[in-house]
Order: sequence, then C-alpha cells, then structure tokens
Amino acid sequence: MSNVPATLKYAASHEWVLLNADGTVTIGITDHAQEALGDLVFVELPEVGAAFEAEKEIAVVESVKAAADVYAPIAGEVVEVNQAVVDAPESVNQDAYAAWLFKMKPANVADLDKLLDAAGYQAIAG
Amino acid sequence: MLKKTVLNNAHRAMNARMVDFGGWDMPVNYGSQIEEHHAVRNNCGMFDVSHMCPVDVVGADCRCFLSRLVANDVAKLTVSGKALYAAMLNDAGGVIDDLIIYFLSETRFRIVVNAGTAEKDLAWMQAKAAEWKLDVSITQRRDGANNLGIIAVQGPNARSKVWEVLPQVKAATEGLKAFFAAEVDQYFIASTGYTGEDGFEIMLPAGEAETLWNQLNAAGVAPCGLGARDTLRLEAGMNLYGQDMDETVSPLDAGLAWTVANKDGRDFVGKAALTANGQQKQFLGLILLDKGVLRGHQTVVTKQGNGEITSGSFSPTLQQSIALARLPLGVAIGDEVEVDIRGKLLKAKVVKPVFARNGKSVI
Repeated sequence: MSNVPATLKYAASHEWVLLNADGTVTIGITDHAQEALGDLVFVELPEVGAAFEAEKEIAVVESVKAAADVYAPIAGEVVEVNQAVVDAPESVNQDAYAAWLFKMKPANVADLDKLLDAAGYQAIAG
Repeated sequence: MLKKTVLNNAHRAMNARMVDFGGWDMPVNYGSQIEEHHAVRNNCGMFDVSHMCPVDVVGADCRCFLSRLVANDVAKLTVSGKALYAAMLNDAGGVIDDLIIYFLSETRFRIVVNAGTAEKDLAWMQAKAAEWKLDVSITQRRDGANNLGIIAVQGPNARSKVWEVLPQVKAATEGLKAFFAAEVDQYFIASTGYTGEDGFEIMLPAGEAETLWNQLNAAGVAPCGLGARDTLRLEAGMNLYGQDMDETVSPLDAGLAWTVANKDGRDFVGKAALTANGQQKQFLGLILLDKGVLRGHQTVVTKQGNGEITSGSFSPTLQQSIALARLPLGVAIGDEVEVDIRGKLLKAKVVKPVFARNGKSVI
C-alpha cells in the first residue's frame, strides 16, 4: 500500500499538488507512481515562465524500465523547477513527496477544487 | 489468466513487484532493479527463468535433425555437455527463435527456448522432424508431468554459493568452462547465462525449485527480477528475442552473423535466403552523450541514413544510457550520430555492441 498524505491534492494521472501560502502550487509525482516506475534515472522539467493548460504534458520522468509523462494538474505558469531532482532522480524514489518537480502559479486557484483528495486518489491508485 | 511458474508463491513471499510478461506473472523487481543489477555484477543474484522451455530431443537422428534445423552448426558440439547458441530460422531467413542446444549424447540433446515462442517452436520442430522423416522424439519439459524449474544464479560469487547449497554437485561442475553443462542426480547444471557474468543455470524437478530458491536466498543470493535481467543482458550485448530480432529480421542484420555457420556445404532452413539477401544492416551499440534515456524504436539519424534502436535503457554499470541499434551499412564505430527522443535530436556515439562484462565497463 503506497503512501497518500491527506494534506495534498491529487490528479488521476498520478501527480500530487500542494497549495503554498504565497498562492503558488508545488507539484510532484505520487509514491504510487514512483513505485510503479521503479528506479528513476532521468527527469526533464519545463522551462520557468512557460504556461500550460491542465492535463498537458509538462515534464518527463524515466526509470530504468520506462519513460512516463507528467501532466500539468491545473492550468498555470511554471515559476520554479527543482534542479536537485534533475541531478538526483533517485530522490523521487526515496521520498516522492519531498522530491518535488516544479512549482506553478495557477491560472485560477479554484481549479484546485477539481482535483482528487487523498481518499479519491487512493481509490484509483489501489 | 496469467501463467505462473513454480516459484510464483516464493516471489510473492519476497514482496516482488509482479508484472504480466508475455502472459506470465513474473517478478520485475524485489525493490530496486538497480541494486539487483549491481548484486549480479559485484556479488551474486538469482533469477527465476522457469518460464523458459526446456525441450528434450532424443533419438538416433538427433544430430542430423539439429544440423538442418538451426543456422549454427551442431558439428561444433564434440564434447558431451558442450552448449551452442543458435538461431532457428524460417525459409525467408527470419529468426523464429534464438536458443541454446546442449549436447548430452549422440541420442540425446537438450534445447532451451524462449517463453513466448515455445509453442510455435515446438510445432515447427515437430513439423520439420516429420517432413524430414527423422528418428527423433521432441518433448517439452516446462509443463505437465516431469516438468523442470530453472534458476539462473549469476555473478562472480555464483559458483561458490551454489556449491555451498549443493555440495554434491561441486566435483562435477568445478571444471566447467563457460557454455558447458553437467548432470548430477536430478540436477542439470549449465555454465550459461544472460548477464555477462560467470554463473550457473540450474534445471531441476519443478517440485524442488522452491526449496533450492529459498536455500540460495538464505545463503545470501539476492533474488533479482526481469528488470535487472534486461539491463544486465543489454550491457552484455546479448540479443532479446522479439526486440532485437524476430521472424522478419535476418540474423545477419541482428548482430548474429557469428552464430551462422554457412561457409561449408551443410544446408539448413533459411540458408538460401541468407545467401541471396546478404547483410542489409549492421547491429551496433550506442552510448548517449546528452542527458536522457535511449529506448527501443527511437530513430537514429546518421550520415548514411536512418536506423532504429532495438533495445535501450540506462546502464547501471556505466551510469549513462546505452542501446543496441540496427544502423545503415557504412556507419562506423566511433561515429557520432543523433537519436530522436521526443522530437529532440540528441547526440550519441557508435560503439561495439558490448558495454560491460565480468563486473566492469568494457567501453
């Protein structure tokens, strides 16, 4: 059984979303996703300043086994990327909720309400 | 309904992550694929390969049958126990399967074929034996009564671990050079493998496989999944059937020319097509110079035209991405080429298709 913190929101495509005090959101992939992928060896992050629609491909994570797209959970602009996970992709395997991928400024904070809560995500991730 | 090997419960007890591998419920890893990979390169690991199919070929015409059946020449098998890697071709020269043939006596050979191709292989062998009116009986040993389990124990410490658990086989297997087999009681122990490391592949009655698996684990042999098996064989430059070659690909275009013995008068299925078509592509290695991961089916752009990656991954030994690729003739080792990864052209270097053996990089 993978770890699904109750404090986060989730997309069905296996991203977690944390709303920060400054109105930005921090985004990563879930523990379930890292476990399914296995040892991560490569992470490609978006450019800071780039804008994405919800559910568009925004980043790529690759394990030894496979490549997987990461999707923008909500519409918005990328304001920061986590270079540390590019340098050490295995940190996502070690703690998927500490090793965030990027931060976005939401186009509309109300979009967060469309995401799943922990129970909703747990139901689809099994 | 997925098929299960006799070790299925043992994998689950060891918390394996199970996946559907060509219709078989198999362990992909027991935690970390990379750690399992390093265990085999540096110490010792074991794989359940009971999904592969041993086939016993028995009868007066064994050697004649195999001589016509495969592209490598069983005349090379002169010492009892010697093994031969060979491709079984169709009439068009495409690879039906790659397999290992063990010579036990003039009336008894054992072949091990791939899991996903076993049924078609057996049907093909039976049809050829009938067509050629030869005295051979062909019996699969994977399913049903008298079935065998197969455990591959691989790594620099593999032999000593096996002897620790099965001291009775030591005398018969101590002197085994690479690519031989010895039979001791109910055990068939072969110095073959799919990792580029020393080790044994052990066939034994299926009902005894779980006990041996657990004894090896207790002796410190790490259980390893199909994930590590794939990166180990890729680093060792060993072909994977269905990825690096299949029925539409000539062994000459898949880096298997060394297994095709076509220089003498012997005839075999597919020889005429190989002779007519010759080599069309070359099978080489790639090392990615930019950051990213090479994968199967990515396009390789060269000055001589486009090629294709057949197998690619991240190499835990080299700590960079490597691949096997089918490239146009004229591309040379040392050339710099480009690989299309999600629309970006990334730089890669052409190398010999062997990356690591015996614990070390050979690049």
